[in-house]
Amino acid sequence: MAGRRVPLFHRQKQLNRSFAVTFLLFVLLALFGAFMALPLIYTINNAFKPLDELFLFPPRFFVRNPTMDNFYDLVYLIGSSWVPFSRYLSNTILITVLGTAGHVIFASAAAYPLAKYRFPGSKALSTMIVLSLMFTPHVTGIPNYMIMSRLGWIDTHASIIIPAWAFPLGLFLMRQFMEQLPTSLLEAAKMDGASEYRIFWQIVMPNVKPAWLTLIILRLPSLWGSDGGSFIYSENLKTLNYALGQIIQGGIARAGVGAAVGLVLMIVPIVTFIISQSNVIQTMATSGIKD
Amino acid sequence: MRAETVEARAFSPLRLERRFQWSALRREIYRNRHYYILMAPYMIIFFTFTVLPVLASLGISFTYFNMLEPPRFIGWQNYSRLFLNDDVFLIALRNTFYFAIITGPVSYIACFIFAWIINELPPKIRAFMTLVFYAPSISGNVYYIWQIIFSGDKYGYINGILMKLGIILEPIQWLKDERYIMAVLIIVQLWMSLGTSFLAFIAGLQTLDRSLIEAGAVDGIKNRWQELWYIVLPSMRPQLLFGAVMQITSSLAVADISVALAGFPSVNYAGHTIVTHLMDYGSIRFEMGYASAIATVLFVIMLGTNLLTQKLLRKIGG
Repeated sequence: MAGRRVPLFHRQKQLNRSFAVTFLLFVLLALFGAFMALPLIYTINNAFKPLDELFLFPPRFFVRNPTMDNFYDLVYLIGSSWVPFSRYLSNTILITVLGTAGHVIFASAAAYPLAKYRFPGSKALSTMIVLSLMFTPHVTGIPNYMIMSRLGWIDTHASIIIPAWAFPLGLFLMRQFMEQLPTSLLEAAKMDGASEYRIFWQIVMPNVKPAWLTLIILRLPSLWGSDGGSFIYSENLKTLNYALGQIIQGGIARAGVGAAVGLVLMIVPIVTFIISQSNVIQTMATSGIKD
Repeated sequence: MRAETVEARAFSPLRLERRFQWSALRREIYRNRHYYILMAPYMIIFFTFTVLPVLASLGISFTYFNMLEPPRFIGWQNYSRLFLNDDVFLIALRNTFYFAIITGPVSYIACFIFAWIINELPPKIRAFMTLVFYAPSISGNVYYIWQIIFSGDKYGYINGILMKLGIILEPIQWLKDERYIMAVLIIVQLWMSLGTSFLAFIAGLQTLDRSLIEAGAVDGIKNRWQELWYIVLPSMRPQLLFGAVMQITSSLAVADISVALAGFPSVNYAGHTIVTHLMDYGSIRFEMGYASAIATVLFVIMLGTNLLTQKLLRKIGG
């Protein structure tokens, strides 16, 4: 089923479109591609601009005399500020790594039974997951705060990391992907006397690697870009994105450093996507909501 | 493809006896205990931070609650105040719908059209274009770049270009002028809206069954549009339904870019949405009962729009 990944353009019986239409489509693609890419290219350029180029009139898009000054300033700032800048970075890395890893493991563990078996409550749980794709966490913000404070998680990283584990989209995509695992594989393992936990860990998990990467790429950007929200108050627990906000507020003198931090924030999710792209596409092929 | 044999076995005791029996259910649950244990960590967190809060929010919305005193039941008062006495909420409601009606369908169609065009490219270029179109939605909070692009002084890019070309003489306050705020926010939202559904469409197109297209050519499909309408769209229905959910939900939840670009509150509430209204009452005024009523209205709107759209999309192509 998923094995048929023959690209469309290879087929023999290609219906021809007139040259004009093809040309028009590609002009369209180039135009919108530029619209999508320019702000990102601009961010990259800005991070290497010396201060005098950042404030030119008329503003210039590309950097003329690229410099690493902004990054040196950033490193200097890391050493000299009240809360060491490295603290923001390590907080962000901690939240991202634990949040993403836990999400992949727990969402997979929950997806496996829902994908392959029927048992009392399985249908209701699946429906609930699909319904929860239909609203955003804004809806649950207020009770969530109260629950967090009951649990004593306010002003701890747990308040960001643990709810991230139960992100519904991840479970949904994982379940869809696991549905196409051959049942015979699981049956055979059962015959050999493997427990359900072993089947999950040693047979199911290694076979759904593309889906892991998808869950990572969907969860990672929001955790990496987390500003701590309304749950974290202590300065030494705050994140990189929060620090970026502070630096931008520092005004003109910090514009260069701000651009450098912006680049750091942007580059991590993008590089992750570049690495995982083909696996992600493979997983998304099974993403559909079935009737 | 589903686990037919396992399913049949799992259901046999319940199928034979139509009558609902507690002992049978208990046996079923015991027999499947490993699955419940596997699901437990996820489900406990999911219930604590998603299901319970939705119900709690509904409950709190019927009370007066300021976090200091215990909540006091006041019936429908929050809702009647919301719709009858809160002009700002009505502005927020109008803005949200305005936003969703434009960005929802436009981004949905854009996701599909770009996925369709990109799919025809050779693999290397296809991977690159996928990255270009998908990158804005995952590049974190870089939308602050748009603040520089639409900056109100002459150093802003748009103002700089327009002034150089002589189209305008004075810089325009893009983010402080009621007339432009919505338009700017819509552009930025569209810029970052080619996300999960875009990937789902690309994936759907790549795994499309080739034999269907060949069969279509034999059956007299004349051009690409017919092919798209009669073959490609119907066989991508699951992905289209999934994409619709993603686009609708995100287009109704616009708030972060409004706060980042237009400020909070924005000039004359020009960029105010239901979510920013919720933030106003929930995290500034601490009127939790009232904020919960806003959250409940948002929940109903999101769920209602999604379910309605699902129904409509299922009708297409029978």
